[in-house]
Amino acid sequence: MFTKKVKSRIFFLFLLLISISVVIFFILKSLEKNVVYFLSPTEIYNKSSISSEKIIRVGGLVKINSINKKGTTVNFIITDLKKEIIVSYNGLVPNLFSEGKGVVAEGKLRDKKYFVADKILAKHDENYMPPEVSKALEESNN
Amino acid sequence: MLKNFFPNKIISLTNRTINSLTILLVIVITFGFIYALILSPPDHIQGDSVRIMYVHVPSSFIALTCFGFIGIASICNLIFKIKFMPLLAKSLAPIGFVFSLISIVTGSLWGKPTWGIWWVWDARLVSMLILFIFYSVYILTWKFIKNFEKANKMSSAIGILGTLNLPIIKYSVDWWSTLHQSSSITFTSAPTIHYTMLIPLTIMFLGMLIYSLIIFLMRYKTELMKFKVNKKKNKNN
Repeated sequence: MFTKKVKSRIFFLFLLLISISVVIFFILKSLEKNVVYFLSPTEIYNKSSISSEKIIRVGGLVKINSINKKGTTVNFIITDLKKEIIVSYNGLVPNLFSEGKGVVAEGKLRDKKYFVADKILAKHDENYMPPEVSKALEESNN
Repeated sequence: MLKNFFPNKIISLTNRTINSLTILLVIVITFGFIYALILSPPDHIQGDSVRIMYVHVPSSFIALTCFGFIGIASICNLIFKIKFMPLLAKSLAPIGFVFSLISIVTGSLWGKPTWGIWWVWDARLVSMLILFIFYSVYILTWKFIKNFEKANKMSSAIGILGTLNLPIIKYSVDWWSTLHQSSSITFTSAPTIHYTMLIPLTIMFLGMLIYSLIIFLMRYKTELMKFKVNKKKNKNN
């Protein structure tokens, strides 16, 4: 169907694409630690060594009934429904920060159960709906 | 379908086609904006800031699709040496460039009220930034390399390399933990956007698609004419 020249070009380009993809795959694989934006409490629990010097990010859900505000200090618990981490933060929280919703905290670990954050980001999920629908869903769940 | 993009068809494209497309664009975009900004409901968590989605999502999608087409055209160009393929890719690039910029800017505007920050270095945002850089480099190769054959080969290589970035952008939110939420519309499952918000999103998407088509047809026609004129000049010399 194709001439010899075209065939050799297809072959060459195909090989080139495959090899570049493999290279990119290995680069991303080795950089995984940097590509991942935050760690879950379970991942921190499973870590063999923790340093209290390095700035890291912890993400998960804000545990329901765990937010405790005292002045500008906010204490809450990040959970991934398996393990939990207590977070202490001093400053303003984003509007979407609330119980049961996603959160990413940036700061330093004191130990595996206690985290001091100097930045709080709210993470929202991919579900979009009007407030009435959300209310109706909640009512049907209860 | 593909035949409609052959050079002869495009050159004989009259202003009437473009004008009727423009009228359609005005109608769809006006309707889309009214629906998206006024008629559609606010989100149950984000409130009114969700309305940025109606611009952000379609422009990201068009930015990705445009580069996909550039990649396919680049491969066809290198393998089969079809004359009009580079011109086709070249006229798609500015559209994708602008829409990737819109996507990044609106994303930033959306990030501030929802996440609490303008920009983060997470996988989705960085891979989108890389796409934007690929667009810039692609356009610059055509601008700065004067020799057509040389520019053609360079830009095709960039086009193919950049295409490898597209699956990374698409699946970055599934492969790694990111601050960016995962996709609401996927091939495999039902969309997680309520239909009252999905309808304006679709209309806005359609409007932006028509806009891209108009710009593409105009640019592609100009590129083809320029190519023909240059060919004649070279013959005369």
